[in-house]
Amino acid sequence: MNVAGPSRGRRAAAALVPAIPYLWLTLLFLVPLLIVIKISLSDTAVAQPPYRPVFDGSRWSGFFSELDFDNFALLAADELYWVATLSSLRIALVSTVLLLIAGFPIAYAMARAPVAWRPLLIALIILPFWTSFLIRIYAWVAILKPEGFLNQALMGLGLITEPLQVLNTETAVYVGILYAYLPFMVLPLYATLEKIDPALVEAALDLGSPPWRAFWAVTVPLSLPGIVAGSLLCFIPAVGEFVIPDLLGGSETLMIGRQLWSEFFSNRDWPLASAVALVLLVLLVVPIVLYREVEARRVEAQR
Amino acid sequence: MSRRFSLFNATSLALGFAFLYLPILLLVLYSFNESRLVTVWGGFSVRWYRALLRNEALMDAAWITLRIGLLSAMLATLLGTLAALALTRYGRFPGKALFTGLIYAPLVMPEVITGLALLLFFVAVDLDRGFLTVTLAHTTVTMCFVTVVVQARLVAFDRSLEEAAMDLGAPPLRTFFSITLPLISPSVVAGFLLAFTLSLDDLVIANFNTGPGATTLPIRIYSQVRLGLSPEVNAASTILIGIVAVGVTAATLLSKRSVLRSRRNAH
Repeated sequence: MNVAGPSRGRRAAAALVPAIPYLWLTLLFLVPLLIVIKISLSDTAVAQPPYRPVFDGSRWSGFFSELDFDNFALLAADELYWVATLSSLRIALVSTVLLLIAGFPIAYAMARAPVAWRPLLIALIILPFWTSFLIRIYAWVAILKPEGFLNQALMGLGLITEPLQVLNTETAVYVGILYAYLPFMVLPLYATLEKIDPALVEAALDLGSPPWRAFWAVTVPLSLPGIVAGSLLCFIPAVGEFVIPDLLGGSETLMIGRQLWSEFFSNRDWPLASAVALVLLVLLVVPIVLYREVEARRVEAQR
Repeated sequence: MSRRFSLFNATSLALGFAFLYLPILLLVLYSFNESRLVTVWGGFSVRWYRALLRNEALMDAAWITLRIGLLSAMLATLLGTLAALALTRYGRFPGKALFTGLIYAPLVMPEVITGLALLLFFVAVDLDRGFLTVTLAHTTVTMCFVTVVVQARLVAFDRSLEEAAMDLGAPPLRTFFSITLPLISPSVVAGFLLAFTLSLDDLVIANFNTGPGATTLPIRIYSQVRLGLSPEVNAASTILIGIVAVGVTAATLLSKRSVLRSRRNAH
C-alpha cells in the first residue's frame, strides 16, 4: 500500500497534464459555442443582456417548447443575408485562388534557394505577420485611396490621368486579404515543397517531359498536402473576415462577418448576431474538420 | 542542390518581398512626415511622436494592452505547453479526438464567432466585462497557437533522451524539468512571444469582450482610423513595429544560441 500511495498520486498528477487544458478549452471554447446556438434560438428583448433566455439551468424540460426559429426565419427572408453569405464565400474562394497563384512561386523559390539562405527567407516571410494586422491593413488605406501612393505613382508615370477608385471596392478587399494572409499560404506550401526530392523533377525532364508538364505531373501532386493545408488556413478565416472588408471594402462590400458585427454593435440584436454566427459556423464546419484532419495527419507523419 | 537563384525564382522572391514590405516601409516613412496629410510629404519631423506622448488616451490603452498581453501570454504558454505534452506524450486517452478538435478549431475560427461566443459565455456566468474577460479570451485563443509551436518541437526531438533518463530512475517530473523542458525551451519562448503579439494585435475578440476601463490599443487605433488617416497612428504603428522587430531579432539570436549550445552539449 505504501508503494501504491505515491504512484497513485503521481498518476493523478500525470492526468492533470491533459485535464487542465482540456477543461479550459471545454469551458471557454466549447461551452461558449453551445451558448451561441442557445441564444440564436431565443427572442430579442430590450434589456441588458438584450435577449430573453430560452431556458435557465433549472428548466431544461421547457427547452423544446420555448425554442423558436424566428431568428433563422428572419435571416432566410432577408435578401441581405443571402447576398452577404454568398459574397463572403465568393470573396474567400477567389482570394484563396489568388493566394495560391501568388504564394506558390514564392514558396517554390524558397524551397529551391541555397540552403544557407533559407532560414533568412523564412524569417522574412514570417516577420510581417508579427507586426500588427490592423496596422498592415491601415497601411493599405494610404496606398489605395484616391490621392494615395498608388495613384500618385501611376499618375506620376503617366499611366493614368484620373485617379483610380480602388479603396472601398471589392478589389481593395482582395488586395488586403492577399497581403494579410500570404504567409499562411506560403509556409505550408514551403514545408511540403522543401521535402520534394529535386531528382524526381530532373528524372521527368531527362525523360523528355517539358518543364511545365514536369511541374504539373510531379511537383503539384507531391505538394498537394501543402496546397490543401494552406488553402484551408486562408479560406476559413477569410469567410468570416471583418477588419479587411470594414476598412478597405467600403459600404458596398457585404460580408457575413461584418453583418454579424453590425447586428451586434449597431443594432444590439444579440440573438440575431448569434444566428448569423451559427450560419457562419455551419458553413465552416466541414472545412474546419478537414483542416483538423490534415494537421493531425501532418504531425503524425513527422514522428 | 543549386547554390544560386534562378532568374525566375529570384524574381518571384523579389516581387513577393516587395509586396510584403513596401506598405510597412511607407507607413514608417510617413510617420516622420511634417504634414498633417498622411500621403503628402511635407519634410522630416518627429512632431507626431511628441503628440503621441501627450495623447493620454492612447498611452493608457498601450499600458492596458501590454498588461493583458503579458498575463494572457503567460497563461497561454502554460496551458499550451501542457496541451502539447498531452497530444504528443499521452498516446490515446478518452476524448482525444475532441481535444485535438478544440486545439485546431480556434486557430482558424473566424474571430467574430470566437469573440461573440466568449462574450455570451461571460454574460451567462455573470462576469463583468473588462480586463479579466479580455485576458481570459486571449488566453483561450493564443494557447492553441502555443500548442502547435511546442508540439512541433516535441515531435521533432529524440525521445530516447527522455527514455534514458527514465531508465536511469528519474521520476517523470524530474525528467521533464531536466531533459524535456531545456530541449523544448526555444519553442516555449517562441510560443510565448507568438501569444503575446497575437494578444497585442487583436481587435475583434477584444472589442466583443472589453468593458469600461479596458480599452486596448487596437480598439483605440481602430476607432481613430475609422475617422480617417492620422499621422499619430503612423507614429504609434512605427513604435510597435520597432518593438516587434527588436523582439523577434532578440528571440532569433537567443534560440540560435541555445541550439548551438545544445548541439555542443550533445557532442
